[in-house]
Amino acid sequence: MTPLAVSIAGAIASFVLVLVVLELIRSRRLRERYALLWLVTGIALTVLSAWRDGLNTIAGWLGVRSYPPAVLFAVGLLFILAVLLHYSTVISRLSDQNVLLAQRLALLEQELHEGVTER
Amino acid sequence: MSEIVARAAPPTVDPRLREVRRIAIVPALNEEASVGRVIDELRAFDPGLDIVVVDDGSVDATSHVAAAKGARVLRLPFNLGIGGAVQTGFRYAFEHDYDVAVRVDGDGQHDPAQLGRVLEPVLRGDADIAVGSRFAVEGAPGYRSSRSRRIGIRLLAWVVSRIVGRRVTDTTSGFQALNREGIALFARDYPHDYPEVEATVMVFRHRLRLLEVAVEMRERGGGRSSITALHSIYYMVKVLLAIFVGLFRRDVVPKEKSE
Repeated sequence: MTPLAVSIAGAIASFVLVLVVLELIRSRRLRERYALLWLVTGIALTVLSAWRDGLNTIAGWLGVRSYPPAVLFAVGLLFILAVLLHYSTVISRLSDQNVLLAQRLALLEQELHEGVTER
Repeated sequence: MSEIVARAAPPTVDPRLREVRRIAIVPALNEEASVGRVIDELRAFDPGLDIVVVDDGSVDATSHVAAAKGARVLRLPFNLGIGGAVQTGFRYAFEHDYDVAVRVDGDGQHDPAQLGRVLEPVLRGDADIAVGSRFAVEGAPGYRSSRSRRIGIRLLAWVVSRIVGRRVTDTTSGFQALNREGIALFARDYPHDYPEVEATVMVFRHRLRLLEVAVEMRERGGGRSSITALHSIYYMVKVLLAIFVGLFRRDVVPKEKSE
């Protein structure tokens, strides 16, 4: 059985995560499309922490008999991996776009320069 | 400038429209098949209407077709998504001091012949933003699309109506006309991914006047819809989240009021 203190601490911590994410969206420091994964993470961890029977049941399915809260770690880790992987794709896209912007800027500057010297 | 003489508006153009600087914003992504016809139809509606096509990173000849038809083309270096593309057009309209802007999508689903209806509330001074709605008339047969998509559109309309306290029937329509205040708002702040729903809420929270006008929309002329079935759920969740969180923003009233 999960210790009550673990459930309470886990639920509070993950609920705070949800609130922080919502506040970041509200103050426009985080775009919705990048916030969704975080929100799902926070909500999943909150539910698993607060719903003690559920955590025990899921731990049973996964064969975790000795210490059910280990499932919380596993789920948390899984989501962190997902978020990181998502960020890697985002960074790849951004660097591609950055290259494109620099190239377009160089072409524009050259055109501008040519226009000045021709006159 | 002989160009201006040649483009003098024929008598069929609304005299109120003839007096203002007006522009059509045409967002287009891979619409080489339909964008030319849209430009022709815009000219037929009003030859004095300036046209700016925002090419959102097309990989086909959209830019060339539009430029060959004499439209101004803003070619984005990569795909920004419809929100970013449309806002580019609003920025252009704002910085070039246009009084009235219409948005007509490059895929041909918005019929420029119906622009008169969409423009009417704006020209009359009753609305800052007028939106062509497919559902403003109860039980209108005009619009066909997949069932899940229709349900989604209805659900969003219901949520938005509850929030703004007024009946809004079509929150996903991009067939719009705006006055200077509407242009200024959208040039400054416009949602990114799937913009129209959030923008509708934003308009009300900024205390601008939005009116819906019944229109019929056509089948898309070419290309494909940017919303696929798989995207729909993500779309709903993201938009509902954005609307919900947006309600808790304090900075909703424009800082500077024009006039």
